[in-house]
Amino acid sequence: MSTVTNTQKKAPAGERVADWADGRLGIYTLAKANMRKIFPDHWSFMLGEVCLYSFLIIILTGVYLTMFFHPSMNEVEYVGPYVPLQGQLMSEAFNSTMHISFEVRGGLLIRQIHHWAALIFLAGMFVHMMRVFFTGAFRKPREINWLFGFLLFFLGMFTGFTGYSLPDDLLSGTGVRFMQGAILSVPVLGTYLSMFLFGGEFPGGDFVARFYSAHVLLLPGIMLGLVVAHLILVFVHKHTQFAGPGRTNDNVVGMPLLPVYMAKAGGFFFLVFGVIAVIAAIASINPIWAIGPYRPDQVSTGAQPDWYMGFAEGLIRVMPGWEINLWGHTLVLGVMIPLAIFPAVLAAIAVYPFIESWITGDKREHHIAQRPRNAPTRTAFGVAWITAYMIMLVGGGNDLWATHFHLSLNSITWFVRIFFFAGPVIAFVATKRICLGLQRRDKDKVLHGRESGIIKRLPHGEFVEVHEPLSQGELHRLTAHEQYAAAELPPAVDENGVERKIGAMEKLRVKLNKGYYGEDSQVAKPTVEEYKEIQSGHGHH
Amino acid sequence: MSSQEIPEETLPAGQDTAHGAVTVADDPFADPGLPPHKPRIQDIDERAARRSERAVAFMFVLSMLATVGFIASYVIFPVDKIVYIWPFGHVSALNFALGMTLGAALFFIGAGAVHWARTLMSDVEVADERHPIEASPEVKAKVMADFAAGAAESGMGRRKLIRNTMFGALSLVPLSGIVLLRDMGPLPEKKLRTTMWTKGLQLINMNTHEPLRPEDVAVGSLTFAMPEGLSEHDEHFQTQIAKAALMIVRIQPEDIKDKRELEWSHQGIVAFSKICTHVGCPISLYEQQTHHVLCPCHQSTFDLSDGARVIFGPAGHPLPQLRIGVNDKGFLEALGDFDEPVGPAFWERG
Amino acid sequence: MKKLSARRRHPLAAVVVLLLALAATGGLYAAFAPAGTAKADETAQSLAIEEGKKLYSVGCASCHGTGGQGTSDGPSLVGVGSAAVDFQVGTGRMPAQQPGAQVPRKKVIYSQAEIDQLAAYVASLGAGPIKPTEGQYSPDGADIAKGGELFRTNCAQCHNFTGEGGALTYGKYAPSLEGVDPKHLYEAMQTGPQNMPSFPDTTMPEKEKKDIIAYVQAVNSDSSASPGGLKLGGLGPVSEGLFAWVFGLGALIAVAIWVAAHTAKAKKS
Repeated sequence: MSTVTNTQKKAPAGERVADWADGRLGIYTLAKANMRKIFPDHWSFMLGEVCLYSFLIIILTGVYLTMFFHPSMNEVEYVGPYVPLQGQLMSEAFNSTMHISFEVRGGLLIRQIHHWAALIFLAGMFVHMMRVFFTGAFRKPREINWLFGFLLFFLGMFTGFTGYSLPDDLLSGTGVRFMQGAILSVPVLGTYLSMFLFGGEFPGGDFVARFYSAHVLLLPGIMLGLVVAHLILVFVHKHTQFAGPGRTNDNVVGMPLLPVYMAKAGGFFFLVFGVIAVIAAIASINPIWAIGPYRPDQVSTGAQPDWYMGFAEGLIRVMPGWEINLWGHTLVLGVMIPLAIFPAVLAAIAVYPFIESWITGDKREHHIAQRPRNAPTRTAFGVAWITAYMIMLVGGGNDLWATHFHLSLNSITWFVRIFFFAGPVIAFVATKRICLGLQRRDKDKVLHGRESGIIKRLPHGEFVEVHEPLSQGELHRLTAHEQYAAAELPPAVDENGVERKIGAMEKLRVKLNKGYYGEDSQVAKPTVEEYKEIQSGHGHH
Repeated sequence: MSSQEIPEETLPAGQDTAHGAVTVADDPFADPGLPPHKPRIQDIDERAARRSERAVAFMFVLSMLATVGFIASYVIFPVDKIVYIWPFGHVSALNFALGMTLGAALFFIGAGAVHWARTLMSDVEVADERHPIEASPEVKAKVMADFAAGAAESGMGRRKLIRNTMFGALSLVPLSGIVLLRDMGPLPEKKLRTTMWTKGLQLINMNTHEPLRPEDVAVGSLTFAMPEGLSEHDEHFQTQIAKAALMIVRIQPEDIKDKRELEWSHQGIVAFSKICTHVGCPISLYEQQTHHVLCPCHQSTFDLSDGARVIFGPAGHPLPQLRIGVNDKGFLEALGDFDEPVGPAFWERG
Repeated sequence: MKKLSARRRHPLAAVVVLLLALAATGGLYAAFAPAGTAKADETAQSLAIEEGKKLYSVGCASCHGTGGQGTSDGPSLVGVGSAAVDFQVGTGRMPAQQPGAQVPRKKVIYSQAEIDQLAAYVASLGAGPIKPTEGQYSPDGADIAKGGELFRTNCAQCHNFTGEGGALTYGKYAPSLEGVDPKHLYEAMQTGPQNMPSFPDTTMPEKEKKDIIAYVQAVNSDSSASPGGLKLGGLGPVSEGLFAWVFGLGALIAVAIWVAAHTAKAKKS
């Protein structure tokens, strides 16, 4: 292959370049496995691409912004074109952001694309994560990739936080002040951490520079690594697919990377970038000129973080002000508890795949994406989790709810306090019932066919609706999901009459397993016998 | 966990259905296999295919035009030009034009490519085999053998001294990095316990930068003050004002419920720290009829007529009060520093 | 209009129409009245107080007492001054419609001439802040940037960065300042209506009030520029987040559905 042959015809230029590269990089071997890689078509499989592309857009626009931004907190007087701030004292960081927004042509657009893309990046990751969760696409072999994705979401939140704090405006400064107050609440180490992070007392003159290096180098560096690893694993595992005719656990059905997905996925990058650019053209985001430069003695009402921190904001807003003073020390529970619940709630969803695989004890690979209704307990847990998250988002915006819905701030706070606990329970029960109902409907459809909407009058006067039988493909699709049988504890005494020792963990596992797959938690899917019995008496319902 | 035994019968059986299984008469639910490919209009009608081709090319041309528009906008519109565009309002002409043209230029490349893929590239669905991620037992055995050989050759197991000292060195070396972080900031010491306020410093009105007289402060009014000698131009203004900012209100002395608050006031003029005791937002949403003051960040509510007691929200203790009086020139002055740390609580606060 | 027509059968509708008609008549009268009456002399002043007293006993006395001494339903008006009356009645807050956490801004039902008469009467009950003249509140020549700084120190905590308003405790709120007359802004700072604290001239001189009014007008009026595009209510990250989810992610999902959807097939042969 790589040896020079004495053929008269010279290979075309492209091929010769590829040969050259192959000799050094081994690209042919790489291409052999991947060039015609198959990707299944489903809109929800593109949510991850929304995240990937908005991440790339953020990097591109971010690099542009670094050319004009000065990460410094030196005080300067504003002399730029924006009249309502002329003569005001501000940090160089704020001043340079004003310069980007009002004097650099296109600077405002890039700033707005950067910020909008960040909000969409986080929102996209949230929805992508939920898609993976509800279809069970986190099961073996994808648990590690789920964790990579979760870490990306988690780091994305902090990259966003350090990013929107950089302009040193009054709103983000208030957020940084909150963070400093939260750090102070850490027992024993709090004051030290705060002094070290801020180079002394708040606000000091260091945090913008320090956040800057975290925002443009440390955090995105780690995230880029994780994104690459995430993508490699997607290639290695091959994409999941929904059940259907010809789609099994041992294959992946779809279109090849070259050319279809090259065009679709490549085109989608431009579509995402285009949509975000249009949004940045029509909608203002973080107008720091209206917000003003940061001063620790000034504030505005409606002081909220970007949406992805709204969950934490809600927790901190609705927490009662508990504080314990003992032996000359203070335990600031009112801040510490929300600070601990925040990662704990996120961790609950992060470790879920491991808990589920422990409960099922299933060690096989799964490549078929489940329909949420066919995993009622998991779906109910996911909806309960989202409910808790959303209720805290409401809590984080309680003042705006109050003004826009003419409610009392205090009533909303109490509502959130109660429904952070009650809401998920209600959501869990309701979701499980809905899932079971949908399972029954599927079963009905399989056994009796599709409701055609045609009403037929029988000779003796009875009206019936004609049910059309489903195609075999449809029958297969609705019955392809697997159902676990609920686990049972082995008898307390084994066959030799010796008492069996069963650990507490195993007992718990069996109990949870029954909760997942017991009679009340799933509707047995139709069997071939049931189907045949009903079909043999066809026409009679 | 790894040792637990999962009875086979609890696992569903159906997973290993062979790929492309043929219809079995006995099993109406069996996988009928991939349905045959149905052609699109473009596959059978060359004119339709031509139309698609033109549509794709049209989108690419639109993108080119949009890029030209982008460059033209960049040149034409001054950076400070504001125009009214319904329904967006009075917006920057440049931002709007650049964003729309850039958006269109990008969007139509994407739309063209996707339309091309959807209508003209083959849409025959192909199945690709999956292979287990786990290695085969032979591969695993080979790797284990290699590892054992390598480990044995290194002598890690036999020469414990080398192994232990190496672990020791590796675990100590990161300490240097941690030590280097020491100069990130000073030690807390008493910094959070004191502010700029001392006995005799006059209360300076933040609006006028003049010292305040008691008669300036009316019942129901709200005033903010900083210590005499502090200026916005000072290098450490931000750090100082973050602790020293004051909120001054006047309450009818008979309405003040807290005895100490009344004692520390001057004829009902009370000076409280403006910094919330929850996480440090400047708190100042003063309701003059109820004497409640609300924090805009997390809604902690304090009653300024009752020693700034917390009546709602996440704050854990009252706002510190500054003891004030009047100096011989008739101006309000501090009678000392706050007697407790201002702002958020911390471990050493006590 | 829909809102209006929906309420045309409201029991109070007739009263409102009547009052509006009266207000319109009074307004027309005020507009066409000879300029000579503008000369405020002793007689005109006492005439205004007389007229004001009549209006007062019809519209205000039931809550504030016949002599403005206050009742359980309304505070005493002795010493609130003409500025407070001009603000409360001139923004439609008074007369109040129903008890609640806070009396909202409503349609104004008195003409400016009637308001002035009411103000003259209430001012006669006891000295208080006097209704400002245009020279006092006109933002012409004021320092907008200084006004911005003052706004962020004194006002933004309740009214938001650009005066969009915000929540207070137990259903109370700081209203939006959009479209509020400079005179009313001035009067509100001077008198501290309802739960708003006052910012008297002793701590916030007239010039600074003008600066603040100039700032509010610059950043929160119909013609205020929002260079970046839609203001999204000027509420900050909450509305931005909502926009990103609904329109940003929404649009992208719509696009994704198109990208992933199967192309229409030709009719089965």
